Amino acid sequence: MLHTVNKTPYERNSFDSCLAHARKGDAVLLIEDGVYAAMKGTAPAKKLEQAAKAVAIYVLQPDVEARGIAGRIMDGVKLVDYAGFVDLAAEHPTVQAWL
Amino acid sequence: MSEEMEGGTVKKFLYVNRKAPYGTIYALESLEVVLIGAAFEQDVSLAFIDDGVYELMKGQNTKGIDMKNFSPTYRALEGYDVEKLYVEKESLDARGLAEADLIVPVKVISAREMTDLMAESEVVLSF
Repeated sequence: MLHTVNKTPYERNSFDSCLAHARKGDAVLLIEDGVYAAMKGTAPAKKLEQAAKAVAIYVLQPDVEARGIAGRIMDGVKLVDYAGFVDLAAEHPTVQAWL
Repeated sequence: MSEEMEGGTVKKFLYVNRKAPYGTIYALESLEVVLIGAAFEQDVSLAFIDDGVYELMKGQNTKGIDMKNFSPTYRALEGYDVEKLYVEKESLDARGLAEADLIVPVKVISAREMTDLMAESEVVLSF
């Protein structure tokens, strides 16, 4: 399963809820305002670090760049472009969008 | 700024910004209302709290998402006599940000001071 999160972890609980429901082997892709969760040195980044032991974490690079946080993304998170987003969606039988 | 404008008095306006840019239209709409409002020569302050602090991040590059990067506009506010920008320290801290990460000079204040700023305002517009 591919999970997407598009809200900041401060604004909504969708990020927390997503991590609580992601299974081993799943992928989590942070998009739009969801990318802020992957900023180094923050509380959400600590949660991601923990989650990354079981699930693959991705962020959408164009959304990262738009928000001025390129270079501040935590280690262990993979940056993907729109084509990479499509690949992830195609690789996983289901996509769950945590809105 | 004059005390009185033709046909009215000067009021203390506070624009409260609480949303990250691009994910929703609020941040851009707020900026547009501030610019329109500037023509009325009111006493304007801008507050950035919660995710609103993200609006002021340096280094925004929106080429990849095909949206207008409106962050340089914050630097132009000075030219419209909009010079009072307040950023809440607690909001910056929670997001791992510092004053040096912001695109414009601001006054960083505590949540308590922000509360006072809100209480002193006569018109509050929320975004």
